[in-house]
Amino acid sequence: MKIVVSIKQVPARDSLLRAGPSGNWIQDADLTWEINEPDAYALEEGLQLKEKHGGEVVVLCAGPARAAQTIREALAKGADRAIHIELEETATLDPLATARLMAKALEPERPDLVLTGLQSDDLGYGQTGVILAELMSLPHATIIMEVEKQDGTIRVKRELENGWFQHIEMPLPALLTIQSGIKKLRYATLMGIKKAKTKELRRVPAADLRVPASRSIEIERLYIPERTKHTQLFDGSPREAAARLVEKLKFEARVL
Amino acid sequence: MSILVFMEQRGGEWNRLSWETLAAAQQFGRELNLPVSAAVLGDGIGALAGELASRNLERVWAVEHELLKDYTPDGYSRVAQQLVVRTSARLAVFPHSYQVRDFLPKLATVMERVAVSDVVGHRVDQGALVLVRQLFQGKMNADIRFAGEPPWFASIQAGAYRADAVEAGSAPVEIFAPQLSALDIRTRPLELFREAQRAVDLSAAETIVSVGRGIKEADNLPIVRELAEALGAELAASRPICDAGWLPMERQVGSSGQTVAPKMYVAVGISGAIQHLVGMKGSKTIVAINKDPEAPIFEVADYGIVGDLFQVVPALVEEIKKARG
Repeated sequence: MKIVVSIKQVPARDSLLRAGPSGNWIQDADLTWEINEPDAYALEEGLQLKEKHGGEVVVLCAGPARAAQTIREALAKGADRAIHIELEETATLDPLATARLMAKALEPERPDLVLTGLQSDDLGYGQTGVILAELMSLPHATIIMEVEKQDGTIRVKRELENGWFQHIEMPLPALLTIQSGIKKLRYATLMGIKKAKTKELRRVPAADLRVPASRSIEIERLYIPERTKHTQLFDGSPREAAARLVEKLKFEARVL
Repeated sequence: MSILVFMEQRGGEWNRLSWETLAAAQQFGRELNLPVSAAVLGDGIGALAGELASRNLERVWAVEHELLKDYTPDGYSRVAQQLVVRTSARLAVFPHSYQVRDFLPKLATVMERVAVSDVVGHRVDQGALVLVRQLFQGKMNADIRFAGEPPWFASIQAGAYRADAVEAGSAPVEIFAPQLSALDIRTRPLELFREAQRAVDLSAAETIVSVGRGIKEADNLPIVRELAEALGAELAASRPICDAGWLPMERQVGSSGQTVAPKMYVAVGISGAIQHLVGMKGSKTIVAINKDPEAPIFEVADYGIVGDLFQVVPALVEEIKKARG
């Protein structure tokens, strides 16, 4: 089974974010970057499916030059090869524009299964996977907890709201967006890191894909949300802060 | 040229978020001076369409087809597209449910558009709609505009608009018979099921201490357990903690777990992604302890301490014990 796992590089989780000079994107010069966490779970699912059924895991990532680091990490965990769609350093694309690049880059691949995380931790549109399925004319399902391969089909467990689930069957090839937390993530081994250096990493400049530039939504302004509630913050040493908080909880909120 | 709201139902029951979405659409309609219609898709949805007829709408679309009985992304996106075209809708508005997340991006792509998903607010600027959504797990907000021609698509996050603001009125019901064949549908949905019954009913708890990623590892959980004991509280968690298996799934608060509204909710090491906030922001008093002063949890907190939970929580336990004598 040929499995493509689409991953994204995003700012590390505890990054302190500021709006950049353009006002519609963050100041991203000094950030550290990591794999989008939901995509790490999609990669894990892909690697486990390959271990069970054989085949190949190809990592696909659209991002600027720095994304190569995240791609190498995926190769070190066990992906066989990678395609890096190289974007301009400052490009902020909407999910349709990104998915168009991905669909074009995947044309020669003809995968049996495409996996990706259910959403990104940066833009968080939660759409790129489904859009990619439509552009590749693949059936899809989102927020998947389990994947079971059958003969020419798959049966997946989809999460619904309020503790409900549903099984869905579909033919291959197909695209799934994977829920976070469904499997334990592996670490790269030293051997894996060594091997990753020799694995194929194909760079495809976005411009070479000749995908029409389009923009149907635009971020006008990015800002730290205004507080809707007046939060009383207590500082000082942990002990002082705790003492003042307890006093408020007892005499003002009357919850102690 | 109007606003078209897609109401969500399953097995004849409304998804409650549909009403918040309808309230949002009516507000857009008033501010943009556009009429609002609502649609319900399914098989045997006459009664639901009838219920919509008593709201302030231009028209109610009852979209009936036997292949719409069970949700499929192929079926729903195909039919929604036909209705958007039929009504020349300028803006199509959806509840940001798991179902909509599954088919709206497909629908928008077919029409060469991008939906603005997960909307939490809006304003009208010189006659144009500007939608607000969260980025970076709630750390940033973004004002977003539609750049191209209509139709435009948007989905509304839970808790952003009030369902009780839906305006009553009366509207004619029109039946729309879509073109749909079994060959159009590639996925086969099977029965819905639930897993083991919930043993813990967090919604009954008066006080909840909830723990998130900030706790770093399972071995550190006794720190928050002590706080829960000192307060006589139930222990709960955000999703990553339950995903990691550190606490059982039944103790998860948020959009994929339980919704709670206790007298006091103490969030320890929880940054406050929207998926968590929707499950707890109705709590009467919210206390947050987090090392990041810009964590979104502080936006809903009444009281907060910015600091290292490993120092703050033990100090707090001691102070609570003192206060309780």
